[in-house]
Amino acid sequence: MGITDRGLVLACSAIGAGLALIAGIGPGVGQGIAAGHGASAVGRNPGAKGDITSTMLLGQAVAETTGLYGLAIAFILLFANPLIGKL
Amino acid sequence: MKAANLLASSDAEVDFFVHGVFSYELFGQTFWITTTHVAIVIVMLLIVVFAVAARIAISHAEKYPRGFQNVVEMIVEMLDKMVVSSMGPYAKKFRNYIGSIFIFIFISNISGLFGLRPPTADYGVTLPLGLITFGIIQYNNVKYNKFGAFTGLFKPLPLLFPINLIGEIAVPFSLSLRLFGNVLSGTVMMSLIYTLLAKFAYGWPGILHIYFDVFSGAIQTYVFCMLTMVYVTDKLPEAE
Repeated sequence: MGITDRGLVLACSAIGAGLALIAGIGPGVGQGIAAGHGASAVGRNPGAKGDITSTMLLGQAVAETTGLYGLAIAFILLFANPLIGKL
Repeated sequence: MKAANLLASSDAEVDFFVHGVFSYELFGQTFWITTTHVAIVIVMLLIVVFAVAARIAISHAEKYPRGFQNVVEMIVEMLDKMVVSSMGPYAKKFRNYIGSIFIFIFISNISGLFGLRPPTADYGVTLPLGLITFGIIQYNNVKYNKFGAFTGLFKPLPLLFPINLIGEIAVPFSLSLRLFGNVLSGTVMMSLIYTLLAKFAYGWPGILHIYFDVFSGAIQTYVFCMLTMVYVTDKLPEAE
């Protein structure tokens, strides 16, 4: 098997980038819960729709942060790989 | 290698990187003027031209506004209402800063519509924005809480000092990474569509532009300003 060191590191980095995006599950669930509660709040109190929507969007954007950390790790592994330099 | 590129019309490379325009030497280091600098200059020129036009419109203000004066008043009222609603009596000290970063980040985010690479998709732009916010938070912390700014780190338990310290230091990074990650992911998606689906990308990517550039950009701008205000208000004493 002619697997070079460089090839091995690149292949494992690609797998690692894919695994890092599993972090997307959490924000997905969290944003769904927030949107569901927002919808039921509007159902109970339709007059406060504007306030509810802006609060919901703010909370969702904060919940999204953990997913973006995973995305940042994936980008680092794919495009600015620090492991290649260690060979 | 070819099989993976079935959809590509040619050997087009996916391109969403920052490019150097020209380099110069300073103190023995090589620095680059990049596409981000060019995009920021374009955004700045746009804002300055708008500001001068707004200034002219306001200096000839009429009692019953119409046309451009209406637009300017609407923007100012919108920003003012946003700051007042979350900062209350402290609003008048901070609306200059919040309004400025709101307009800058918003125009930067939607500059993908004009074919620029959004300046906020470069970590070198969002990190300074986060650090400025961090500076304002800590300045107000020391100004209003005096020595309590330091002892506050030991509440409610002295044992929690390391966690409180990390919580303070993480603020600029989480603020800047959130903005950077959102805008970058939009940029990457659009460039993937334009290069890998180049054969079919006629017209319909406009819908995606509305989502990735306008909607996502506006939400992230709002969130950045909102969080800045929440963090700063947190350090101010309760208003009577």
